[in-house]
Amino acid sequence: MGALQILTAFGVFVVLGALIGLMLAFASKIFRVETDDRIPKVLECLPGANCGGCGYAGCAALAEKIVAGEAKTTACTVGDDETAEKIAKIMGVASEKPVRMRAQVMCSGNNDCTSKRADYIGVADCRAAAMIGGADKTCRGGCLGLGTCAAACPFGAITVKNGTAFVEYEKCRGCGVCVASCPRGVIRLIPYNSAHWIGCNSNSDGKQTRSDCQLGCIGCGICAKNCPQKAITIENHLARIDYAKCTDCGTCVSKCPRKIIWSASTCGADGIVISRV
Amino acid sequence: MSKILLIMLAAILTENFIFSKFYGICPFLGVSDKPSTALGMGMSVTFVMTLSSAATYLVYHYILTPLGLEYLKTVAFILVIAALVQFIEMFLKKYVSSLYSALGIYLPLITTNCAVLGAALTNIQEGYTFVQSVVFGFSAAIGFTLAILIFAGVRERMKYCDPPKAFKGFPLVLLAAALLAMAFSGFSGFSV
Repeated sequence: MGALQILTAFGVFVVLGALIGLMLAFASKIFRVETDDRIPKVLECLPGANCGGCGYAGCAALAEKIVAGEAKTTACTVGDDETAEKIAKIMGVASEKPVRMRAQVMCSGNNDCTSKRADYIGVADCRAAAMIGGADKTCRGGCLGLGTCAAACPFGAITVKNGTAFVEYEKCRGCGVCVASCPRGVIRLIPYNSAHWIGCNSNSDGKQTRSDCQLGCIGCGICAKNCPQKAITIENHLARIDYAKCTDCGTCVSKCPRKIIWSASTCGADGIVISRV
Repeated sequence: MSKILLIMLAAILTENFIFSKFYGICPFLGVSDKPSTALGMGMSVTFVMTLSSAATYLVYHYILTPLGLEYLKTVAFILVIAALVQFIEMFLKKYVSSLYSALGIYLPLITTNCAVLGAALTNIQEGYTFVQSVVFGFSAAIGFTLAILIFAGVRERMKYCDPPKAFKGFPLVLLAAALLAMAFSGFSGFSV
């Protein structure tokens, strides 16, 4: 290989590279799209893991939505308070402290206290079971215990024990993936520090709920009447706590005739509530 | 004309990029979780491969050959393809923003995809004309899209099976890919 050939190769690539570089530089001027300069700034604050936990296709997509005002400054589930604060600063809004949420399985009907109308033998997936005539438990609202949420949880925080799912709160990051995976809507996100919840998801009337499950909320309304904060309402034969009003006073726990309102202090943080039956 | 048809048939089925040449395995395994993402990837590859086949043909025959630099084609092609993808991305963002958001993250991802480079190099190796090169690039990408779409469908069903622990996750995906490759090898019975 002669020196001339090396020089030609070198020259051609220098010229080619320079031409392409110039072309791209001009193209970026010509095809410039006016974008909000806050987008790259917000993007810089985000963790950049592109995990999709916020529900958008990666950090860049979230940054765009935050600047457009369609997403909250606290939308990133992975980022901490500092992240949210920095983003709020860029957006020029008051930083709101993100409330840490945890998933709570609103069902106490384990295998010992619920009745079954049939044996379910099939794909071990609640979504599949729910499609076949409403699954095996007679209760139409309860946890099916096949562990779809446990498989969906990205943090391994959910386990199924004796027919109902439990959340290990320390591992729960409140991402809400389990909430979406449950075909019966048994799981809800509640503030991490709230100690009380209604351990039932049945919308059947009191008589039906009694025959379906030894536990179960019958919608009697005693808790709602006695709540000093008026934080409990009865909808479709089911009590529901408004966590914006609840002060964790615990009145409802002592008044409930069915002992279906659970308190985290009485059952331990691991959520094993069955032992209280 | 029949030559063109033969090129298309070969590129899509018998010489499928993924199952017989093992090009583009990375996106094949990486973005075949859901049919929708697989289709996005397939569309982007089709777009880029067709255009890059045309561009690299011109670069090879009008720049490299006259100067006797054919041996540097790989380097030149990488340069041209990368620049082309960048250029297309900017163009789409400005004028066809709906297509830009549909292709999304996949477009920059395949800048240095080996399937795209493989198509460009195969065109030169086979001595295709300009039209044949473009047709080959397009068909190979269609073959790629077909493969990744089928595989995404298979993987979607695999989510609900309960394999032994040792097979869970990626091992099972690789096994499924192997079985699918064997199915496609049935096409190689046609000698085109």
